[in-house]
Amino acid sequence: MDVMVQLQRQLFDYTASLFHEGFLDEQFNQLQQLQDESNPDFVVEVVTLFFEDAERLLNELTNALSQENIDFRRLDAHVHQLKGSSSSIGAQRIHTVCISFRNSCEEQNVEGCLKSLQQVKHEYSTVKSKLETLFKVRRSGPFLVRVLICNIEMTYGETDFGCRGVSVLGSVI
Amino acid sequence: MDVTGNVLTEMGTARELHVLAVDDSHVDRKVIERLLKISSCKVTVVESGTRALQYLGLDGENSSIDFDSLKVNLIMTDYSMPEMTGYELLKKIKQESSVFREIPVVVMSSENILTRIDSCLEEGAEDFLLKPVKLSDVKRLTDFMRGEGKIAEKQSPKRRQSDNCTPSLSTMFSLTSYHRNITSPELLPSLSPSASPSKKSRVSKKIELC
Repeated sequence: MDVMVQLQRQLFDYTASLFHEGFLDEQFNQLQQLQDESNPDFVVEVVTLFFEDAERLLNELTNALSQENIDFRRLDAHVHQLKGSSSSIGAQRIHTVCISFRNSCEEQNVEGCLKSLQQVKHEYSTVKSKLETLFKVRRSGPFLVRVLICNIEMTYGETDFGCRGVSVLGSVI
Repeated sequence: MDVTGNVLTEMGTARELHVLAVDDSHVDRKVIERLLKISSCKVTVVESGTRALQYLGLDGENSSIDFDSLKVNLIMTDYSMPEMTGYELLKKIKQESSVFREIPVVVMSSENILTRIDSCLEEGAEDFLLKPVKLSDVKRLTDFMRGEGKIAEKQSPKRRQSDNCTPSLSTMFSLTSYHRNITSPELLPSLSPSASPSKKSRVSKKIELC
């Protein structure tokens, strides 16, 4: 069907844009190559683990930076972990912020750390919503309505709108 | 059969490689497990050096472990782990006066620190892989373990050239892996000028420019 071809094209373009804009790097491709019929949910599973890990670490980082006497070594250890796992799934922007975050830890620069934390939180929520959109689209079967919802999300790129759209129409379906 | 890597039976059929992977990161454990399974290995994944030693029966608790039933052919460990680093785990294994010290140990790290790499290789690590570990890294390792590496050693320059190196932003122009393979002397000129002069002569380094 013409619409399906069009939407497949959009999915392809959307994925490509994530790479082009630096949200994802080659490592994400590597993960996709590890997915097959015997392990059809591999990428989603790994990324979900990453989300859990990242959220835990972001909480730890927020905690650590709100202390009277900041333990920079502990801070650095958490950033190192976040840097590692983001690199393992190809979340390039997060990885990049972690590098400068670590520098700030080394310099015991509180301002720098706070700024990096803010940045990494922003990058995390952005890439999380983009990946969730991607997975939603892929999961959609040939059901035209669901595919159209995802089409809207991809076209407008506004996750708020998209999420609302999905939940409203989801209940309709 | 010896457990170092010669897993070919007399019939010439490849036996299943059993790899013990050690990493404190949940994400990395999942990835390495998949990489190894895709490479037709039996995989045991643990989250720490302590657990690894427990599994091998080297923690002093169960010294009468039947190694034959475990048959770990290769250990792959992350370097940076809390409590016991991969380096410390490597040392503990190599200090064993038994079949355990014969098990090849590969260290993985996200940090490209020459002194770190040097100390691991000097302590007897078989290889040092830069994270994120790729399928091509694991395939090369398992091919070597299954004996194809031994044949390829004589043609090792050719084999390395045919390595499938997919370019990536993070690994371009960086050192991706180090080998402790015994290589022919004519390969030494290709070493980086920054190679540590204190290296043992049989240790070689290779820079993969992808």
